[in-house]
Amino acid sequence: MARIIAGIGTSHTPAIGAAFDNGKTAEPYWKPLFDGYEPSKKWMAEAKPDVVIMVYNDHVNAFDFKIIPTFALGCADMFEIADEGWGARPVPPVKGYPEFASHLVQSLVLDEFDMTIVNEMQVDHGLTTPMTLLFGAPKAWPTRVVPLAVNVIQYPAPTGHRCYMLGKAIKRAVESWDEDLKVVIFGTGGMSHQIQHKRAGLINKDFDTRFLDNLSKDPEALVKIQPIEYLREAGNEAIELVMWLIMRGALGDKVEEVYRFYHVPASSTGVGHIILETKAYHDERAKKAAA
Amino acid sequence: MERKQQDYDDIPGTVVFDAQRARAGYHLNQFLYSLMKAENRKAFLADEYGYMKAYAMSEEQKQAVLKRDWNTLLHLGGVSYALAKLAFTDEHSYQYMAAEMTGMSQQEYLDMMVKGGRAVEGWRSKKERGEQ
Repeated sequence: MARIIAGIGTSHTPAIGAAFDNGKTAEPYWKPLFDGYEPSKKWMAEAKPDVVIMVYNDHVNAFDFKIIPTFALGCADMFEIADEGWGARPVPPVKGYPEFASHLVQSLVLDEFDMTIVNEMQVDHGLTTPMTLLFGAPKAWPTRVVPLAVNVIQYPAPTGHRCYMLGKAIKRAVESWDEDLKVVIFGTGGMSHQIQHKRAGLINKDFDTRFLDNLSKDPEALVKIQPIEYLREAGNEAIELVMWLIMRGALGDKVEEVYRFYHVPASSTGVGHIILETKAYHDERAKKAAA
Repeated sequence: MERKQQDYDDIPGTVVFDAQRARAGYHLNQFLYSLMKAENRKAFLADEYGYMKAYAMSEEQKQAVLKRDWNTLLHLGGVSYALAKLAFTDEHSYQYMAAEMTGMSQQEYLDMMVKGGRAVEGWRSKKERGEQ
């Protein structure tokens, strides 16, 4: 049986990818941020997922304004890297898992989540920045990836509640796949930030801290946050945090927070990062460590 | 048609890209999307006004593009991620564009961010600020 072992929350700010690609990780502005992900890279190297489900949003790269899917699942073999306007990032293409992804779609639609099926698409910084932060710079990515793109660009994004319920349906879909697979699910974007108009640069550390706390303590409280509250309290682009709730929903009721990092700024963003292990995986690791 | 008022219209310094604005901005955003391709960026820079003729944009939108008048473009239906492609075409970053939108200098904006960003206090509500 396939199973989800953990969830990763992380910002996906494009400037992070650009800093990495341009060799700036040791510069004073960037060093604290990249240092903050070092323990996570170790965690990931140990976890060795077979598949990553990457919940992210496209930033007007794979999708223009002709078609705007609320939830789109990537079922391709391979996802090439998009040129977002400054040249494509020099990272490897992303290997998909069409059979598994198609199974997820089938299960999710029957579970009343109507996914848009995407058989060809390029992926942008929303997906590649988290890959870089957690996997570094390998010649080829060490895992297959199922991209799940969520519309958070044209208001309204799906509600937090809808996203949380989708996460639960993803858990059921994964667990109904026979092959033994270790799956890690990412929720990306956020945390507080606004990159438009006169209020650009808004950061709300208190909001972000509460959000990180409640991922393990009280996810139901997060599910109740209304769109207006994200926008008003944490910035126009903070609505991306609903994607973290898909990740959280997919982990089951009990999780263990094993790592957290928070840093301001990366460009205009409050960068948040968390690793949540499912209870089962956490206990299994504890047993192994004791043996 | 008059804009239908929304709860988020009360947030100061913020232009939410909703269905009404997406309608008004459709051709503008499709033009901006075309700047993803290197050859299009080159063609646009060689003849900006001429390049935009292929898109059914309003004259007001075209003039705002020529002036890189970011905040006007937001009000005319442009969305920041598409507008960023215009900034990238000029070899600027998201951060550059965001700073321009605030009216601060690049250095002032960078300093504000390094110090922890713009606090939400005072920026929650137009009503609170006595703005329309």
